[in-house]
Amino acid sequence: MRTKAINEVTLEFPSHSSNEGFARSAAACFAAQLDPTLNELEDIKTAVSEAVTNAIVHAYPDTIGKVTLKMRVCPGNVLEISVKDQGRGIADVEKAREPMFTTGGQERSGMGFTIMESFMDQLHVRSVQGRGTTVTMKKKLAARMKGGK
Amino acid sequence: MEIQEKAVDRKLLLTFSGELDHHGARDALRRIELAIDAALPKTLVLDLGGLTFMDSSGIALILRSQQRMQMLDGSVIVYHVPPQPRRVLDAAGIGRLVTIK
Ligand SMILES: Nc1ncnc2c1ncn2[C@@H]1O[C@H](COP(=O)(O)OP(=O)(O)OP(=O)(O)O)[C@@H](O)[C@H]1O
Ligand SMILES: [Mg+2]
Repeated sequence: MRTKAINEVTLEFPSHSSNEGFARSAAACFAAQLDPTLNELEDIKTAVSEAVTNAIVHAYPDTIGKVTLKMRVCPGNVLEISVKDQGRGIADVEKAREPMFTTGGQERSGMGFTIMESFMDQLHVRSVQGRGTTVTMKKKLAARMKGGK
Repeated sequence: MEIQEKAVDRKLLLTFSGELDHHGARDALRRIELAIDAALPKTLVLDLGGLTFMDSSGIALILRSQQRMQMLDGSVIVYHVPPQPRRVLDAAGIGRLVTIK
């Protein structure tokens, strides 16, 4: 069941690590229409950074593949963000989501999913080995007074 | 991201600035290890005050630095942590493993 979006945008980019910063900035720009607090904006950027980095590092370890970042504004001041790749997929999603679990060696800490979970309200991971992974996150932003004060 | 090094006595200060993500952290681990091996410090201070963004890539750097320092019987202090990196460290429970000031 999918709620109808009030506004949405889809971005597609190759899995170059330089696009991590681009994805974060794009997410912040899109989220701006919900009048987020600075904290909320930082939470969103952090979660997007984790999901996009996973696609770049884990989905396509030795190739460059396509990453799709989809962002939607849903009724009730809810921001929904999904990051999709067509890479190697995750063998055991439950295990992958455990804190400290990593297949990334020295340079990773296995905390990405834990951070996404703590910075967003909802995290859903769908993955098929050899086909790819889609991570969908939702966050309800605090409704603030329109027109200041 | 940039890292500045300063070694005084047996203390090594690494000052980070910019965005610490996977892209920015490329080569950083190697650089930090080289700096530690050259200075052989008793205390490693990681000053994060200049970071405008940090994600889990920063956690790995801090934990690896800590492991390296433990091999030298030394310690790590993480200093001047801005609010967003602070929340990342807290979400990962890193405060239990490393001294944050
Ligand atoms: N898009 C993906 N494609 C394939 N495997 C993935 C993907 N995302 C995550 N994984 C797997 O799940 C594991 C856990 O991911 P998580 O982001 O929690 O930690 P990490 O990326 O290993 O380390 P960190 O995020 O702390 O740098 C990864 O090590 C990897 O095995
Ligand atoms: Mg990760």
